[in-house]
Amino acid sequence: MTGFFKRLPEAVVRVGIVFLLFITTVSFARWMIPASLKNGREHRTATVKRETAKAIHYAGADACTECHKEINAVKTEGYHRNLSCETCHGAAKNHAEDPDVKAVTDKVREACTRCHMYDPSRPTGFPQINPVVHNPRKQCVECHKPHSPKPPHVPQECQACHGQIARTKEVSPHVDLPCTTCHTVDVRHKVSPREVRAQIPSDRSFCAKCHSADSPMKETQKVDFKTHGEKYLCWQCHYPHMPELHTYGTTTLR
Amino acid sequence: MHTAAHAMLFLLPQTTGYIFPNEAEMPWSLLIVVYPYLTGLVAGAFILASLVKVFNVKELQPVYRLSLLTALAFLLIAPLPLLLHLGHPERSYEIFLTPNLTSAMAMFGFVYAWYLMVVLLLEIWFTYRRELIVWSQGERTVMKVVYRVLSLFSVDTSEESAAFDRKAIKVITIVGIPSAFLLHGYVGFIFGSVKANPWWSSVLMPIVFLFSAIVSGIALVTFLYMVLTTLRRERINMACLDKMASFLFYAVILDFSLEFLDFIHRLYESEESIKILSELVMNRLFFSLGVIQVLLGMFVPLGIMVLIRVLRLDEELRKLLYFVAVILIQLGIFATRWNVVIGGQMFSKSFRGLMEYKAKIGGMDGFLMTLVLLVLPFIVLTVLIKVLPPWDRPESVAR
Amino acid sequence: MERRRFVKKSLTLLAEAGVLGGMVAAANKSARAEPKGYDASKHYYGMGIQIDKCIGCGKCVEACKEENNVPRDVAHFRTWVERYVIEQDGGVVVERVDPGSSGSHEPIPNENTVRTFFVPKLCNQCDNPPCVQVCPVGATFKTEDGVILVDADRCIGCRYCIQACPYGARYLNPLTDTADKCTFCYHRITKGLLPACVEVCPTQARIFGDIDSPASPLARFRRMNKLHVLKPSLNTEPKVQYADLDGEVR
Repeated sequence: MTGFFKRLPEAVVRVGIVFLLFITTVSFARWMIPASLKNGREHRTATVKRETAKAIHYAGADACTECHKEINAVKTEGYHRNLSCETCHGAAKNHAEDPDVKAVTDKVREACTRCHMYDPSRPTGFPQINPVVHNPRKQCVECHKPHSPKPPHVPQECQACHGQIARTKEVSPHVDLPCTTCHTVDVRHKVSPREVRAQIPSDRSFCAKCHSADSPMKETQKVDFKTHGEKYLCWQCHYPHMPELHTYGTTTLR
Repeated sequence: MHTAAHAMLFLLPQTTGYIFPNEAEMPWSLLIVVYPYLTGLVAGAFILASLVKVFNVKELQPVYRLSLLTALAFLLIAPLPLLLHLGHPERSYEIFLTPNLTSAMAMFGFVYAWYLMVVLLLEIWFTYRRELIVWSQGERTVMKVVYRVLSLFSVDTSEESAAFDRKAIKVITIVGIPSAFLLHGYVGFIFGSVKANPWWSSVLMPIVFLFSAIVSGIALVTFLYMVLTTLRRERINMACLDKMASFLFYAVILDFSLEFLDFIHRLYESEESIKILSELVMNRLFFSLGVIQVLLGMFVPLGIMVLIRVLRLDEELRKLLYFVAVILIQLGIFATRWNVVIGGQMFSKSFRGLMEYKAKIGGMDGFLMTLVLLVLPFIVLTVLIKVLPPWDRPESVAR
Repeated sequence: MERRRFVKKSLTLLAEAGVLGGMVAAANKSARAEPKGYDASKHYYGMGIQIDKCIGCGKCVEACKEENNVPRDVAHFRTWVERYVIEQDGGVVVERVDPGSSGSHEPIPNENTVRTFFVPKLCNQCDNPPCVQVCPVGATFKTEDGVILVDADRCIGCRYCIQACPYGARYLNPLTDTADKCTFCYHRITKGLLPACVEVCPTQARIFGDIDSPASPLARFRRMNKLHVLKPSLNTEPKVQYADLDGEVR
């Protein structure tokens, strides 16, 4: 054994000693370091602990109904039934824990126009108004109770939610046609608009009632239904709410 | 550390199109441009040294030790920009203690340590061992102790030990070449493996990084050799200089070919990201990529070296032109790193927007700090040269 | 004689083992990090987003910032909403919805617009997360219940995860200099509450629940809709799924 070491070049011995020292130091250091610094699982556990201990600012809708039963009962009957209380009233965990701390309640117009101002990117049928012309000098809450926001007088039916469509139709040749001319709609649509939908006509023959060459209607434009765009539904090309426009360029005018 | 300065950073940049909101703040700054630049020089300088020992390119013998010392000087400073850039540099030991084995960045720490200790330091030690013993006998007090320690208290100056040293160096260099490839190729992989970023994500990235590293390393050693030899009032060995320039020439051609291949490949495949990347190159990187990286950094030096060969210019003219060429190459390679790091962050991952990088003058990741970081390795190199002179000293044992 | 000693020894050993085992069990119990009564192994969370319901009010963004102390500036978001406007000629304009400024700015859509809609975005809590893969110190990880968290005590602030996220969901928290992102309000969901963004959404455009449970709010969502995820070609396996997602969304 010692013979082997004696035969090793002196340089290798020197380097070997340095490496051994290095490895020893590193191993010793690793051994010395407490497990809490090294153990990945402990870190993750500690992180989960820290995360779950973070403060909560929003109490959640259930917390509100514990005390505010009557107003909640009102809300569940109205159009805002699916809104969480804190959507409008802001973070209320502090209030839920100590009722003397008041929750924030914003009654200015901006609180309502935030959602209900007309924005073409908003899904069609979502009730929207133009805040510039819709009672600009009044507060929204004067006519609409926030917990059950029924409009003060019976709205012109479809137009209340489908304002943009109605406004488009109003300057079109179809202005005299009530929505129900083409759309059959169950009265429950006003309560659950997404679940109960309005119907549209099922085929060309509907439009032919007014627009075919042998239609009794006097003031309508006539076209030969046998040759004009056969196989297609009329409204694939002609936007029914503004029929002179072809379908493109009507975006949000659904 | 990051508050107000960064607040200004993300308010100022001019954004066109749409960027994800969190992209307003650019995560990796100038410091991360400096880092691959420095490690590239390490790999390149080492490859140059290995040409002498493994491929027996005798003409390069005068720069062999200089290359090694250069590699060491830059390797020692290279971690500095990384540390400065971290949000918590005091926790950086975690990379070695609990590395995430799937992380290229973590594994690279070990590659770096391996290269430093097992390759570079070992090779330098074997190269200088006998001289260190001789020098320790010639010096007094402080330097004597320094040399004794550096030689690891070795005393054998026999011919057998010298022969063993030479063999050891050869073995280490043979191991060292793939290690050097791994060192800078890995940095390329750190970028190339990020699938979220189409400017970085490329199989060629490690290869391109490596070859541009070789280019910059050879250029740097050429530059240093010319400057230092002139400062020492010695004659520049033209055979050595011409040989370095020759290797540089081929390296630049290879590097350019690879980058050109990447470019053609992207254009031809015309993937989804091609639109925003084309906009990036034309609108944001035109100067740094088109003018500095390609034109000044590759075409002009290539042209210079072609001219030198074709016109068979005389020595003085060659020296001047080489000098100009290597400086341009350094600028070009720095611009290459800039275009990768900063360029990759100047377009949005939404593929619909471009940002601008507003470099700061002061601060941790400012222009001044970059200058300091680029100068520091030269200072370290000066110390190394003083302690371990790479030139033949009269009293050193002839090899 | 030996037998008695052997029995005595083995009994002592057993007793000691029992005590030790009890201590370990007790230690493990106190080491349980989740709130009492919460079993992470019984949940695997995901989110569903119904594009056609989002009205772009931005209340989710505000609630998230309030709940999680996210910096209130415009460069740090755990969740945000994008507006897409697709033109007749195929051009697409995207902008970030800024809740406070609605009313003071002209909507971009015009008569050349073909489609326009809002897209809420957040961390997708990927099942094959690139951010977890690249973190050098393992500071970001996936919990048993599928949420990707960041250990702010270990994060070194290298920002590699921010580079690796294809969705721009991560940012560097300027106060802690560590990486930060949406955690599905982990501190809420482990107590049976909903994430803040889901809580305040007025149209239920965001639905939260267990992905693999048939009795989850996501069950109908996943059955009745054609689901999409963002950047599917990157194979990150996001757990935030979109219904009615337009092909132009990146």
